[in-house]
Amino acid sequence: MTAERLGFPQPWLTVALFVVWQFLADGVSGASVVMGLILAIVIPQITHRFWPDHPRLSRPWVLVRYLVVVFYDIIVASITVTILILNPRRPRPAFVSYPLTLNHPLGVTILASTISLTPGTVSSDVSDDGRLLLIHALDVDDEAELIRTIHERYEKPLLEMFQ
Amino acid sequence: MGSLHPVAEWIVSLLLLAGGFFTLVGAIGLVRLPDFYARLHGPTKATTLGVGSVVIASMLYFTLSTGEIAITEILITAFLFLTAPVSANFLAKAAMHLNVERSEETRGQPWEQ
Repeated sequence: MTAERLGFPQPWLTVALFVVWQFLADGVSGASVVMGLILAIVIPQITHRFWPDHPRLSRPWVLVRYLVVVFYDIIVASITVTILILNPRRPRPAFVSYPLTLNHPLGVTILASTISLTPGTVSSDVSDDGRLLLIHALDVDDEAELIRTIHERYEKPLLEMFQ
Repeated sequence: MGSLHPVAEWIVSLLLLAGGFFTLVGAIGLVRLPDFYARLHGPTKATTLGVGSVVIASMLYFTLSTGEIAITEILITAFLFLTAPVSANFLAKAAMHLNVERSEETRGQPWEQ
């Protein structure tokens, strides 16, 4: 709470912005520290209205495991898509409605982004009530299997983090 | 800029080749896949790994040849991973609003809302 009163609505965003600016400036110097501090203080002030509820991670270490799983899946699935594109067989695309258990907005955003980043699936839309995620899959045999995989691999760890 | 150890040179070259290969496959996918939604997968996907390989190659090369750890590449990856899903989502959404044609094999359909 004190951090908020001092003008840091989101302390972690402030830290992240400062660090990113040092990387972008290509080497820490007096100028980059001053500019980084200004940006790190001003940007959260301007943008904090976009975050109606402050996102809170309850188990940060789950995030690390999650990232490892996602990176691994990106590599495996990229190779699968490569084979699919080079294969003369026509793909079997499908629209799949994925029932969301997660209801935290940031959690759903991360889940949708993960689905889009892992090759073979793009999340296309969220239903107005936030209960369904529409996914376009490039090549599926079994929709139920796809839904189960997404739930087990991605949604469960996100549920642990956000709920 | 000093010359690289031959092994490092090999690894960097292989990574660059892999990057080029996956980017090429993304482009081939753009030509070969049957409809708009499927073509969306080509560039957003195969390129993830393509750009990934190039970025790792660049990190290795500049870290080893200048002796400074190259971090800018991590930022490139982070921004790419933040923006690629958003643009794919917008393209898909726009296509659904415009009722872009789907290939006949597509099962299921986008909903109306």
